[in-house]
Amino acid sequence: MKTPRILERESVLAPLMLTPVALYMVLLVGFPFLMAFVYSFSNVTVGNPEFQMVGFRNFAAVLHDPTFLKSLLNTCIFTFTSIATVLVLSNMLTELLMREFRFKWLIRFLIMLPWTAPIALGAIGYLWFLDSVFSPIDWLLRTWGLLGKPGDLLGPMSNLYWLGRPDLAMASVIVVHVWRLLPLATMIRIAGMNSIPREVIEAAQVDGAGYFRRLFHIVLPLLLPVISVTVLFSTLFTFTDMTVVWVLTKGGPPDNSTQVLASLAFLKGIQGGDLAQGAAVAIFFFPVLAGVAAVVLRIAKKAVVT
Amino acid sequence: MANVHLAGIKKHFDGVKAVDGIDLEIGDGEFLVLLGPSGSGKTTLMRLVAGLEKPTGGQIIIDGQTVNDLPPRDRGIAMVFQSYALYPHKTVFGNISFPLTVEGMPREDIRKKVEWAAGLLGIGHLLDRLPSRISGGERQRVAIARALVRRPKVLLMDEPLSNLDAKVRHTAREELKLFQREINVTTIYVTHDQAEAMGLGDRIAVMHEGTVRQVGSPYSIYNDPQNMFVAGFVGIPPMNFMEQDGVILGFRPEALLPAEALPDKDCMRLKLLVERVEDLGSHRLVYGTIGKAKVIANHSFRLNLKEGDEHEFAVCSQELRRFDPKTGERIRP
Amino acid sequence: MKKFFSKTYFYGALSMFIIFSAGPFYIMLITMFKKSHDLFNPLNNPFWLNEGPTLEHLDLLFNQTLYVRFLLNTVLVGIAVVVITVLLAVPAAISLARLAGRWGENVGIGIFLTYLVPPTLLFIPLSRIVSFLGLQNSLWSLVLVYPTFTVPFCTWLLMSFFKSIPKDIEEQALVDGCSRVGAMARVLLPLSVPGIITVVVFSFTLVAHEYIYALSFIQDSAKKTIGIGMTTELVRGDVFYWGALMGGALIASIPVALLYTLFLDRIISGMSMGAAKR
Repeated sequence: MKTPRILERESVLAPLMLTPVALYMVLLVGFPFLMAFVYSFSNVTVGNPEFQMVGFRNFAAVLHDPTFLKSLLNTCIFTFTSIATVLVLSNMLTELLMREFRFKWLIRFLIMLPWTAPIALGAIGYLWFLDSVFSPIDWLLRTWGLLGKPGDLLGPMSNLYWLGRPDLAMASVIVVHVWRLLPLATMIRIAGMNSIPREVIEAAQVDGAGYFRRLFHIVLPLLLPVISVTVLFSTLFTFTDMTVVWVLTKGGPPDNSTQVLASLAFLKGIQGGDLAQGAAVAIFFFPVLAGVAAVVLRIAKKAVVT
Repeated sequence: MANVHLAGIKKHFDGVKAVDGIDLEIGDGEFLVLLGPSGSGKTTLMRLVAGLEKPTGGQIIIDGQTVNDLPPRDRGIAMVFQSYALYPHKTVFGNISFPLTVEGMPREDIRKKVEWAAGLLGIGHLLDRLPSRISGGERQRVAIARALVRRPKVLLMDEPLSNLDAKVRHTAREELKLFQREINVTTIYVTHDQAEAMGLGDRIAVMHEGTVRQVGSPYSIYNDPQNMFVAGFVGIPPMNFMEQDGVILGFRPEALLPAEALPDKDCMRLKLLVERVEDLGSHRLVYGTIGKAKVIANHSFRLNLKEGDEHEFAVCSQELRRFDPKTGERIRP
Repeated sequence: MKKFFSKTYFYGALSMFIIFSAGPFYIMLITMFKKSHDLFNPLNNPFWLNEGPTLEHLDLLFNQTLYVRFLLNTVLVGIAVVVITVLLAVPAAISLARLAGRWGENVGIGIFLTYLVPPTLLFIPLSRIVSFLGLQNSLWSLVLVYPTFTVPFCTWLLMSFFKSIPKDIEEQALVDGCSRVGAMARVLLPLSVPGIITVVVFSFTLVAHEYIYALSFIQDSAKKTIGIGMTTELVRGDVFYWGALMGGALIASIPVALLYTLFLDRIISGMSMGAAKR
């Protein structure tokens, strides 16, 4: 059990134990992070690794590219709609799950499935759900007489072609993303609720506050840090994600109607081999990342102080 | 067994002087109590001896060897924490044997030693239990057994009785003194409880703001305080103080007696205006004022004093202690 | 709250959420046992086995596709990443929780911030690094890169775990004769087994979840992990092996989801960054 005396000193031991992680993070997060910036100002491609700096040419090209503008708009719609829906639904689901009922573990497991199961696999289920011919949803709509015959509410065609029509494709992608994110948002919300001391709510009850007064004057203000962290993380996560889009539509129907920035960066940078342009697209994540990081930093500092 | 010598020990945390230059000599087999209010630096001083903190200045010498740069394990010390710090994942046996296991002692010897220590403390029947399954008093014994099993040169104890309830605490105190006598190990004991300090210590070091204000036997600490801090901190109720002719006079509440009890000439007579009387059965506490000074008298005479009464009290001159009002230090004749 | 949800409304609403969340998985379950004739008739009820069950799709999945290979690849990468994550995160977390002072706090927040950097910002430069190292089309590329997202989170999670263990116990071990490193190994680590298990499970599930890096670095079919393997190899043009696809997705999802759910509460409290604690 004899260890060298030098390891008894905190000033030696602390950095020593931290170095591997720090080194790894610098090499595989910090360095690529900088490279992303360098690439976006260069003309690097997969075929031409000896690149020159070309200033803002990539950004100029990207900003004049209608596909990019469409993707940016899509990303914003995708993010905003998803987050707003998740916020509302998670509020409802939290109320439900805070109550006691039987088989709670099983029900919780089922409700958490979209987050706990790999999303690429979950999205495969939706490929069938939204299939152009066999969609079970279309079958239900036909059975209920809403679809498939002339005069039906949703039209005479036998199918809605969920992933084939621009508007429905976008809606589908959003629904699947909401489906995936809702369990996480709810769990964080419940953890927040559980951290509010029971006495506080009981005191409000004794003071004669009704449900909505308690919600708006006690519960929500106390939950604000939790909710804001959830919103920040989900926003960053949604803004920069491409998994759902890629599995379901690959950015299509063919006309980029569900193309988001992440999938565009993948198309240009990885599939197209134009690393510079791909990086230039991905750099647009940076403002969002920086904003979220700044707020998170403030919250973290506050949490450390208190 | 060993003596401990502290020379000019200092410990500063970010400019706060937790321990500010302490010299102290602890004899072989002595039981020294560090007594002081919270924040006086007594725990820091103990942690410095243990090696859990590095001193900012000064020297710690155990058994003639300077240990400043030695890690705790090489200092030949054992320590009982206030929380007992039992390893929750180990049984009582595992806890007591841990220091020996670390040393690499043969298993058979370990068993013998653990049985000896557990027997000494009367916890032999608990060896298979986990710490979460035994009572507070039993945990304290396990912690002491674990400290003693290695036969340390110096035993350090940080308020080991403060987590026990009042009844258990009293018997635990007596037992502690017995173990220490039996093992005859040099002991440094930290407490803020003066009854504990008076009852246990061969000597007491009274600490305040990072310095030792007085070291001495319980008798001398109580009867011969060197300064107003020690005089006021030790004793319940505390010493009375009143200013007279540019000196502060101090006297214990039990020295302030009704005048009729002290017919001697060599006594100072004082008019006491009674504010409140507490009858505690065996004795009575009279709260009142003499001139401007608030005082307390502690006597066992049956006087029917009430609020607002004025009564003549007296203090014998040999009970009076004089202090310098500027420095608070004792003025000796 | 009772006033606003009578029992019927409560169970009604809960059922809606269950159907919404678990519906796709139910469809997977049904589809994987559905006879092709039943499956490919748009008039048949897609929510039920109209013509009895069959194992033909599972037979196809396990015997005629690379499915088992995908699973194996995922598990291999998962184990490697878990080992690396634990080896990196445990010492770092101890250091941040115990040894390092003020600057350690800042380093801790710094490590957490790297967790925020999205893969889609890094995948282009990382793909260059991977090919520079000659790791393209190799599972090692994933082993190299995946700790970028497991390590920050796990370090953070373990740090708060270590902080919750009283310092006394470690100091006691020092006094009892342990060295600094010995006290960590003999006392701190045994007490943090639950935290380390959480980290192991979480890292593993994150690996099983990952899609974007795997999609970027691996083209060789036999090297694919479960997520990209299923979505690129079994979905070919217009030929969809629906039964096999659904079965494969479900069979791989359930164990991952079960593992995740077992440790959900601990993971969530780490995710909300302690904002939920007060």
